[in-house]
Amino acid sequence: MGTYIPNTGNEQREMLEEAGFQSFDDLYTEIPECVRLNRKLDLPEGSPELSVRRQVEALAGRNRIFNYIFRGAGAYNHYIPAVVEEVASKERFVTAYTPYQAEISQGILQSIFEYQTMICELTGMEASNASVYDGASAAAEAAAMCTDRKRKTVLASAAINPGVYQVLKTYCFGSGNRLVPVPEKNGVTDLKKLREMLSAECACFYVEQPNYFGQVEDVETMADIVHEAGAKLVAGGNPIAMALLRTPGECGADVAVGEGQPLGIPLSFGGPYLGFMAATKEMFRRLPGRMVGETSDAGGNRGYVLTLQAREQHIRREKAGSNICSNEALCAVRAAAYMAVMGEEGLRETARQCYSKAHYFQKKLKTAGLSRVYPGDFFHEFVTRSDIPSRMILKKLEDHGILGGLPLDETRILWCVTELNTKEEMDEAVRIVEEVAGS
Amino acid sequence: MKLLFELGTSGRHCDILPPCDVPEMSPECLRKKELRLPHLSETEISRHYTELEKQVYGVNDGFYPLGSCTMKYNPKINEAMAALPGFAKLHPLQPDYTVQGALELLRRTEKYLCEITGMDAMNFQPAAGAHGEFTGLLMIRAFHQKNGEKNRTKIIVPDSAHGTNPASAAMAGYTVVSVPSGEDGCVDLEKLKEAVGEDTAGLMLTNPNTVGLFDKNILEITRIIHDAGGLCYYDGANLNAVMGITRPGDMGFDIIHLNLHKTFSAPHGGGGPGSGPVGCKKDLAEFLPGPVTEEKEDGSSGFAVPESSIGAVRSFYGNFLVIVKAFAYLLTLGADGIPEAARNAVLNANYLKKKLEEFCPMAYPGTCMHEFVMTMKDLKDRTGVAALDIAKGLLDNGIHPPTMYFPLIVREALMVEPTETESRETLDEAAEGFRALYQRALENPDEIHEAPVKTPVRRLDEVRAARKPVLRYFYD
Amino acid sequence: MNYPEELLYSKSHEWVKLEGEDALIGLTDFAQDALGDLVYVNLPEPGGELTVGESFADVESVKAVSDVYSPVSGTVAEINEALLDAPEEINQSPYEAWLVRVTGVTDKEELMDAEAYRAFAETEEN
Repeated sequence: MGTYIPNTGNEQREMLEEAGFQSFDDLYTEIPECVRLNRKLDLPEGSPELSVRRQVEALAGRNRIFNYIFRGAGAYNHYIPAVVEEVASKERFVTAYTPYQAEISQGILQSIFEYQTMICELTGMEASNASVYDGASAAAEAAAMCTDRKRKTVLASAAINPGVYQVLKTYCFGSGNRLVPVPEKNGVTDLKKLREMLSAECACFYVEQPNYFGQVEDVETMADIVHEAGAKLVAGGNPIAMALLRTPGECGADVAVGEGQPLGIPLSFGGPYLGFMAATKEMFRRLPGRMVGETSDAGGNRGYVLTLQAREQHIRREKAGSNICSNEALCAVRAAAYMAVMGEEGLRETARQCYSKAHYFQKKLKTAGLSRVYPGDFFHEFVTRSDIPSRMILKKLEDHGILGGLPLDETRILWCVTELNTKEEMDEAVRIVEEVAGS
Repeated sequence: MKLLFELGTSGRHCDILPPCDVPEMSPECLRKKELRLPHLSETEISRHYTELEKQVYGVNDGFYPLGSCTMKYNPKINEAMAALPGFAKLHPLQPDYTVQGALELLRRTEKYLCEITGMDAMNFQPAAGAHGEFTGLLMIRAFHQKNGEKNRTKIIVPDSAHGTNPASAAMAGYTVVSVPSGEDGCVDLEKLKEAVGEDTAGLMLTNPNTVGLFDKNILEITRIIHDAGGLCYYDGANLNAVMGITRPGDMGFDIIHLNLHKTFSAPHGGGGPGSGPVGCKKDLAEFLPGPVTEEKEDGSSGFAVPESSIGAVRSFYGNFLVIVKAFAYLLTLGADGIPEAARNAVLNANYLKKKLEEFCPMAYPGTCMHEFVMTMKDLKDRTGVAALDIAKGLLDNGIHPPTMYFPLIVREALMVEPTETESRETLDEAAEGFRALYQRALENPDEIHEAPVKTPVRRLDEVRAARKPVLRYFYD
Repeated sequence: MNYPEELLYSKSHEWVKLEGEDALIGLTDFAQDALGDLVYVNLPEPGGELTVGESFADVESVKAVSDVYSPVSGTVAEINEALLDAPEEINQSPYEAWLVRVTGVTDKEELMDAEAYRAFAETEEN
């Protein structure tokens, strides 16, 4: 058994005595007898490190790691440069608390300031916060930023990630806002329906670029439609795609959000991830959570602090716009390091390779009998339809160590290709699909 | 020090990707303004972060007695286990039969934490403590709605509570009723009785409370709420003092959240990621967020969404790698280690309190739990040296200051939580350092107003930062 | 502390300048001093209704936020937009840095003159 307690039994007894206690029981006299556990916890006995390692490694060993992944749908397999991994493992970054004491936290504060700057560059927005939990909760927080007493309806495209839609729905259940889906047509948001559904009660419209099906949406036109109705546009987006595609800022979004996981964060069975949020000059004071600002110290030197804190829960309590306290700071530092290593050309190249390879793979799959469901441009995900049951195709791929696309139903599969997928493995996957089709 | 954007020059870069091995293509709807990121070599980036790291105070830099934050040592084996490719490389949407190890880890962690808290079911989706509070309050709301009691619109929160409590209640659509604490820092039973009624949805409470005392009336408190038809929510921020000694489930609480990044030794990451699992009694399990783990008929593990689930509060299953760290910690400590950690957390706090109260007034006398609150009011009245000044003075002594100005019910508060992983020598040195600083404040207050002087930067102008916010760097 | 004779004062430390059916409302010297360096002001939308004794704005310092209560009932005719970019004006010249101009004043709370307010503020200080 280990407890990470340095003091020996003898020392503990001496300390008890010095503090005026006879025994450990004396420390707990305020706890009434009737609520005490008074028995041993029903847990395994504690273990030394080597035993712990063996037990945990055994569990890790019961998970299957796929070397070839064609699945995205909200979690994306990208290359993580070694230096990024190293930065995110630096002990002080890993173990420090929230940088409330700015004088001994400049390292964290500055790296978050750098992160905020890069998120602004990526999204084309004017101000970023220091992160929230993930892309889905970022979307929900953004919707809350837009609602007020008069405007309590949130519209969301039916073509967004269904996981994000679920989270929007849960947050709306809390706030009492109404969430209404705007139908999709041919895999993208139906603009005609959007125009019809907007009203004076609508606070905002949420769309993703690219959307759940990988399709490129006409966000610019949406911004015009939404603003005409006096509502706000919340644009979700894949950060890798933003290196190439028209940015939320250029499209006229009021708030830009997204899942930052593609920026150097491992798949990790779903978390920790990174919710990024950025807004226009008009909206930035409504951003939730922490923000880092530049200032100077008593000697006139540049320094950084947590700022605009009067928006937050520890000061505004029940009147705060959000309850968020802990965020995903270490993931934000990781994302900043990733963007610094890739640089603008590296990030663009990553995006171009995702796009090019996805299109290559889509054409190949088509020749193997898996036709694309939707017309129009797509980024690095696309949906296919086939007469062969989805599960048969995916099972066969699994047998060859390949995690295929996500089955949407018995005939449709959502595929994803990133810079990590080589031509050889794509050709191999197509060969396997052809085999299933031919048998 | 320079920002990433002020380093390097056009043309510098890191060679990361091989050339594209398929014909290059480009989308139609391109950015108008080209992306601008730093142009840096790997040497520069690597050195930049090494330099930044020097300007961070981590758990291993020394004593870190931040009250309410439980800054205990973060065991290295936990980090090693979370980094195993068998966890870090798992796609969250892999078929269940390929992630049985991960699912079993979740199920076993759930079982252990339920045993420690006296709960029957748990979900790991919430990514932090505040997220757990929000989740738990939505469950309370769903419970009352199912019972046709939509008139229950109020959540009772003591005035000593963390700011997240009232903020979470408001986000969950509730009106907050703040009840004043008694002279002893605990819940004033009479005031509580006055506050409850047919509109009471529930109560949020930490026990031990935010002044570091165990509320001995806890059964009476939860009974008052239950009699009024409300539910009791336990904020697990302070569980470290009592784990293995007493359980929220036995105190009468119905729903709880835990902070795996405090109590269960996962690190804080400079502000996150955390993990704030929500646990509840059997009758409320149907409202848990989904998906939760379940055992299938064939004995394998899978995911399911509870019958009346409030829905999802984030994507996928939570901050999984943080849960791996807590799991490794639970295996290490085990049945005896958990209460031993709690006992030593309380011992260390009382030992340090005893040393400090010789010269510094405590907000509440007597035995404390894992933390205690000092008040600098007397010092400020006498010398003008405030809690903030003392905190800044400690920085020059290489000690991370206690939590300042919390709880709000204590004037000039400094809240100290040493945790069980500090040695006696560390506590002795901290007490002496604090004594010397206090003495200096009495003799030479002006000097303390100038502190810190040994840190990489001096006191920062927060007024300027907030008045004219500069939240990003601008390229010329 | 400075309390101009021509103004009226509320117990929650706002000053009022009545001009026929209109009223200018601001924070007193005592208030700005107690609040410390102000960093932001949240003002209501023009056209909104104010009710006596209810909060209509808040002011932020670095570590606190404080409600501002309306000493009158009426309609917000105008807000002092300059304060949005320069909240420090409240600290520098509290009686020039008005927050809102209210029109159609229908009701007002019992207000103090400068002398009575000075005495009131002094007891508050202790």
